[in-house]
Amino acid sequence: MSQVNDDKIPNNVHLADDKRLQRALEAWQPNYINWWKEMGPVGFQDDQVFLRTAISVESDGWANFDYVKMPDYRWGIFLADPVKDRTIACGDDFGKPVWQQVPGEHRNTLRRLIVTQGDTEPASVEQQRLLGQTCPSVYDLRNLFQVNVEEGRHLWAMVYLLHSHFGRDGREEAESLLERRSGDADKPRLLGAFNEPCSDWLSFFMFTFFTDRDGKYQLLALAESAFDPLSRTTRFMLTEEAHHMFVGETGVLRVVERTASQMAAHKVESPDQVRALGLIDLPTMQRYLNLWFSLSLDLFGGEVSSNAASYFASGIKGRAKEASHEDHIALSSSYAMQRFQDGRLTTDEVPLRNAMNEVLRDEYVEDCQRGVDKWNRAIAAHGVAFELTLPSRRFHRHVGIHSGMSFDRAGNLITSEEFAASRSDWLPTEADKTYVKSLMTKPVYDPKQMANWIAPPKQGIKGRPIEFEYVRHEV
Amino acid sequence: MADHNHAPTEPVRFETSPERYKHWELSLPEEYGGAVARLVMNVKEDQGMRPGYPLKLNSYDLGVDLELADALQRIRFEHPDVKALVFASEKDRIFCSGANIYMLGSSTHGFKVNFCKFTNETRLYLEEMSAFSGISSLAALNGTASGGGYELAIACDEIVLQDDGGSAVSLPECPLLGVLPGTGGLTRLVDKRMIRRDLADAFSTLAEGVRGKRAVEWALVDEAPSKPKFHECVKRRAEAMVARSTRKSFAPMKFGPLSVTRTENGAEYKYVSVELDLAARTAKLTVRTPREPEPSTPAELASAGDAAWCVRAFRELDDALLDLRFNHPLIGTLALHTEGDPQAVLAVDAMLAAHSDDGLVHEVRLLIKRVLKRLDMTAKSLFAVIDGDSAFAGTLLEIALAADRTYMKDEAGVSVQVSAMNGGAYPMPNGLSRLQSRFLREPERVGRTLGHVGPIDTPAANKLGLVTFAPDDIDWDDEIRVAFEERASLSPDAMTGMEANLRFGGPETMETKIFGRLTAWQNWIFQRPNAVGERGALTLYGKPERAEFDWRRT
Ligand SMILES: [Fe+2]
Ligand SMILES: [Fe+2]
Repeated sequence: MSQVNDDKIPNNVHLADDKRLQRALEAWQPNYINWWKEMGPVGFQDDQVFLRTAISVESDGWANFDYVKMPDYRWGIFLADPVKDRTIACGDDFGKPVWQQVPGEHRNTLRRLIVTQGDTEPASVEQQRLLGQTCPSVYDLRNLFQVNVEEGRHLWAMVYLLHSHFGRDGREEAESLLERRSGDADKPRLLGAFNEPCSDWLSFFMFTFFTDRDGKYQLLALAESAFDPLSRTTRFMLTEEAHHMFVGETGVLRVVERTASQMAAHKVESPDQVRALGLIDLPTMQRYLNLWFSLSLDLFGGEVSSNAASYFASGIKGRAKEASHEDHIALSSSYAMQRFQDGRLTTDEVPLRNAMNEVLRDEYVEDCQRGVDKWNRAIAAHGVAFELTLPSRRFHRHVGIHSGMSFDRAGNLITSEEFAASRSDWLPTEADKTYVKSLMTKPVYDPKQMANWIAPPKQGIKGRPIEFEYVRHEV
Repeated sequence: MADHNHAPTEPVRFETSPERYKHWELSLPEEYGGAVARLVMNVKEDQGMRPGYPLKLNSYDLGVDLELADALQRIRFEHPDVKALVFASEKDRIFCSGANIYMLGSSTHGFKVNFCKFTNETRLYLEEMSAFSGISSLAALNGTASGGGYELAIACDEIVLQDDGGSAVSLPECPLLGVLPGTGGLTRLVDKRMIRRDLADAFSTLAEGVRGKRAVEWALVDEAPSKPKFHECVKRRAEAMVARSTRKSFAPMKFGPLSVTRTENGAEYKYVSVELDLAARTAKLTVRTPREPEPSTPAELASAGDAAWCVRAFRELDDALLDLRFNHPLIGTLALHTEGDPQAVLAVDAMLAAHSDDGLVHEVRLLIKRVLKRLDMTAKSLFAVIDGDSAFAGTLLEIALAADRTYMKDEAGVSVQVSAMNGGAYPMPNGLSRLQSRFLREPERVGRTLGHVGPIDTPAANKLGLVTFAPDDIDWDDEIRVAFEERASLSPDAMTGMEANLRFGGPETMETKIFGRLTAWQNWIFQRPNAVGERGALTLYGKPERAEFDWRRT
């Protein structure tokens, strides 16, 4: 497969052979750079950052690591290698050849899916733009920027699809992706969760663990798409996404590691005592977890969804790793959906196709649990008696069949008064947020230092030591 | 059940000529000195278009009606001195008993709908002859006119019913068949003859109909003379029609057969071609401009005869549209193209505009108007495609204006152009020009468009509002492909309904009511178990059992 072959826009899609597309993307590029400078990380645009840049799709050595100023980052367009004779993975057209062009019948649907996915990429950069100024270490600062530039590249990936397959509408959508702003009342980002600012590093780690993981599952489902360019694009995005979740998983792990080790060392248990040590107490961690888990669950969409059914039926979106399922038509089975109706827990048999969002959510929850288990092993290793748990998926939901009702963490139906009374036990309070932020008022720009509330990582990046100057920041 | 997704094995052909008529006789009786045409209906029972239903009692099928349509066309062009038309029947005591019920019962839904549309169009042509060509018509009912028979009569200007104690007029569809009189009868009762609605209600549920004096009292007919006075009455009225006609004579123009080569992939006429893409359920319909100099005066037009582009191209287009409607039900979308030299069309338009007071030119304009209406009324998605090869100018621009959407390539050299003929020469069924219908919200755009001198390039056409989408050369191929693919994927029923609703904004006319209300309800009823179910009234007509209805109303 080709290496970087274009000076302006690195790519493996033979952009140089398609002058029109190349011109269109080159016209979009300056607007993108303007957006990056305006809405990207605040205060670090002139710094040299040790970043990886995608240069090919080879599994070994697909990336290059070097210092680069973020605005000079070479955002490129990479599609995973085509699978020879690939056929449609699911739905009514199962087994037929995949589409290299968008069928007219599905253009609007595909465009909406791509725009929705694409919108989350710059949104997360916008949400995280102030975080650099409260970083716990230069190592973490670099990881933040790595995530940010790659979300930027994911935007490029989606814009490439819009430009190459959706005509004028696609180009207009590509422009709009640069015009919406996270949290802006007039032109907000499309999905609710992407309009909340991510204003502290605990939230950032939770976001990259829980919300980026939603992204991973959406990408896995889109990787099964009958629209082959989308499938190939998302397959390569997944390679990068793994690092984002690594940042989240190890970030939270390092916080609980630090807290648990210090609790053991100082033989303290109560949250007040823990906070007195300048650490984030485990109940607060649990409340942040509850919040980000429930917000991220909402992103999967309704449990019973005719959209999900029609995406599956038309082959536009499959399940994660569709090949691991047996029945790719999914017309003859159903999904036992538990829900509260009239105050009672009932089980409805929902046609499987209509339950595809929930099927994807099931795999997501399982994947989240694996991370939580690791965190708990770290806590237990220090002999601290505390276990982080995922709340019931009914807890604190705003989308789908569980929304509009109140549930406790175990998923029992409660009154809204009961929920209000326990809210401060379950979700971060203003005091929690103020406390967490109070730990992060001073950024750590000395490569040799690490903030008190977080443990150092196990190792540095690409063979470099942990104290390596990953960001050359002039204070 | 008939396989309604497939065209009937024998395609329907619409061309005929008087010497081939089976069911009608066209004559110019000497007693009127050639000023009156007589069309006598004498349906041959055993010569239905398809086997399985004897055409008893002057009942008709499509074969009967397309002869009528042909006769009306020929009276206009081949008999320029005719100023009145008299309908009569060769059958004793029966004028006409309407569309054959067994034919309807054995037809697919799609065929029924197309059949009704065609017969409706023909009856509207009859009225148009009276309104615009100075050829009034008289239904001389020498026997009972029931159902479609009365609907034919009521499409005439005047009705004379023989008062012989037996002959009646009736609309028995509702009480006997559980369907509507679908050829405009109900609409014309109240809209044309302006009969009191309660009397119209009583009449429309009275299977045996109304005779003699009462028919006159209720205004169902104009006069009901006794048998001995019948002929004289008809003659008096026909002569009065001739006397008040303003028709201008011209040298007759004979309509020869069209030359067309048909293959399984489409049809090739001189100026029109149809290319079928069955897999995509789409057909490309192309109208080409003249290639040789065309007549520039009425005299030249008369000597060119039916070879003149303005006649031939539109007769071909008419035939192609009917072919697409009846013989290609799976084609859901038409890509409307034009090709050639726009200046050639504008030259023809200049002639048509300058000589509208000439009798023959006048008829040609009306012919084009009818064909364009046929396009308006075609229940397939119409997308005009305007690119560098196009010649959407003047009269041919009407084809783009008739389309549900217009795609115009944004590229140098692509243009459309208006002529005087876009200013109202070819009104739609709603009585407005296509430009007026398009710009109901901003009527000033009509004048702005008509005032545009010279070619209108894509940006200008877009600004004027003539274009739906104007992709540039980068997007063109893909946008066009996707637009047609997307359209083809949508429910054909929903598209038919949606387009019929969106095409005819603005005022209602009798015509829009007939197509928009009468036939829409009829098509609904034709699908309902109360008509076509096992125990439905249409199904059981002529059988010993009585219909059973599902009594729920909405
Ligand atoms: Fe991403
Ligand atoms: Fe990500």
